[in-house]
Amino acid sequence: MSTLAIRDTTTMLRRNLRHMQRFPMMSIGTIGMPVMMMLLFVHVFGGSLGAATPGGASYVDYLVPGILVMAVGSGAAWTSININTDMGEGVIARFRTMAISRYSVLTGQALSSLLNTVVSLTVVIGLALLTGFRPAADLRGWLAAAGLLVLLALAFTWLGIALGMGAKTVAGANTSTLPLQFLPFISSAFVPTDSMSSGLAWVAENQPFTPITDTLRGLLVGTPIGNSGYWAVGWCLVITAVGCARARVLYNRDPAR
Amino acid sequence: MAITATGLRKSYGDHVVLDGLDLRVERGTVFALLGPNGAGKTTTVQILSTLITADGGQARVAGHDLDRDPAGVRAAIGVTGQFSAVDNLLTGEENLRLMADLAHLDRREGRRTTARLLERFDLVEAAKKPASTYSGGMRRRLDLAMTLVGGPRLIFLDEPTTGLDPRSRHTMWEIIRGLVAGGVTIFLTTQYLEEADQLADRIAVLNGGRLVAEGTADELKRLIPGGHVRLRFADAHALDLAAKALGGATRDDASLTLDVPGDGGVHQLRSLLDRLDDASVDVQDLSVHTPDLDDVFFALTTERTAQR
Repeated sequence: MSTLAIRDTTTMLRRNLRHMQRFPMMSIGTIGMPVMMMLLFVHVFGGSLGAATPGGASYVDYLVPGILVMAVGSGAAWTSININTDMGEGVIARFRTMAISRYSVLTGQALSSLLNTVVSLTVVIGLALLTGFRPAADLRGWLAAAGLLVLLALAFTWLGIALGMGAKTVAGANTSTLPLQFLPFISSAFVPTDSMSSGLAWVAENQPFTPITDTLRGLLVGTPIGNSGYWAVGWCLVITAVGCARARVLYNRDPAR
Repeated sequence: MAITATGLRKSYGDHVVLDGLDLRVERGTVFALLGPNGAGKTTTVQILSTLITADGGQARVAGHDLDRDPAGVRAAIGVTGQFSAVDNLLTGEENLRLMADLAHLDRREGRRTTARLLERFDLVEAAKKPASTYSGGMRRRLDLAMTLVGGPRLIFLDEPTTGLDPRSRHTMWEIIRGLVAGGVTIFLTTQYLEEADQLADRIAVLNGGRLVAEGTADELKRLIPGGHVRLRFADAHALDLAAKALGGATRDDASLTLDVPGDGGVHQLRSLLDRLDDASVDVQDLSVHTPDLDDVFFALTTERTAQR
């Protein structure tokens, strides 16, 4: 990136952070969703579901990596709604007619979304530790887990931007990210995939949330990772690339009249 | 030339918005694109300001080719759209600072420019309030102030006073006149004839995606006939006598009026009244009609609609 691009992106990031500061309910809502899920699954369903966890590990330890992935998904929904609302503002049309780095509007949004998700993840991890989450990871495990979460957050941020820009309305932007919030249920996030019916288990094993959750769980709790790590990183990179490319195409399209 | 455009075309699906538009705008002048709603005014501004691409035609804006060098165009222009392009969640001051940052001014210069523009556009008191709380006139002023941060030499104003009350409209006109005095070229779109008449050096009338007339306000007024003196009489007998005395007039027996073509100047009136005196006809009422831009506008735009 040229210095001009960095400067314009920083300006746009500052604009977005100021929006978040003025209108914090959305950001708070992003954190609320995964926290509620965690409490619900630990205290309401956890008693019965815990019986199914492999090796008799505590259900909280099994669950939290999945909740973290969900928190990232919830961040994508926020991103999608946010960019859709913003693109409808007249000020974006102004940016398009100014001599600034072309994609700084998008990269600024991506950075602020990433930051929002990182804050949300930190809060969720803190609350998880209070709820009884006892990870076995050493510093290296934590760093690797953090790295994977950031990579995932980046992927989902760009996907959220692309989905939000592609949607005609704010409601549409919200709906477009529902799969991201729903797919974790059909993955190894809440229960092991071998407890599902065979067709569903196949879906669960071949969708991105399962290798990502399994890798995260392995890094934090110490369960076997196998080749899930490669799949996890691969999925993240592919989703980032697709989301990024799609967002650029949509940004270059003539804005709706 | 600040803008030259030839054969600009744009359609959305089957709907043709611009149907081969040619424009020439001289540097340092105010050019008004006048037309009814849906004539293609906003689309023209959107194309010339690089927001959307034309389906056909060429244009040079501020010395840069629109297709080959959109970045060069963007660096030279400022745009104030029909729907205010301010960030509603930011305060007026933050909006201006945002523009200063994007214009790559350094911090001190940005702060100075912001303060100067807040002062000039009478927004000092509202500077710390979010733009969402501004009145229509204040938003439009903030919008234009934001456009000026980068010091553009060519400014597009898309219906700058639509929806404003008369006082705000006059304030806006004063501001625009001030810009012109500073040597800025203005490309203005408006649906108000008075606005074009007040501000513009040249006026182009756009209807159905085509220019139907172009010229100064006076040239446009000369385009259509219609200047006349209307005389009203007490009865048909007087009307008969007058019609005989003044050849070439159009009579209307129902309303007992006679329309005499002419500019309605003092000379014409004096000679008219002299001739009527000679014929011993009493005139009950006299009124002078000069064509205004309204007549031109209606004549030009209805003609086009009728052709369809």
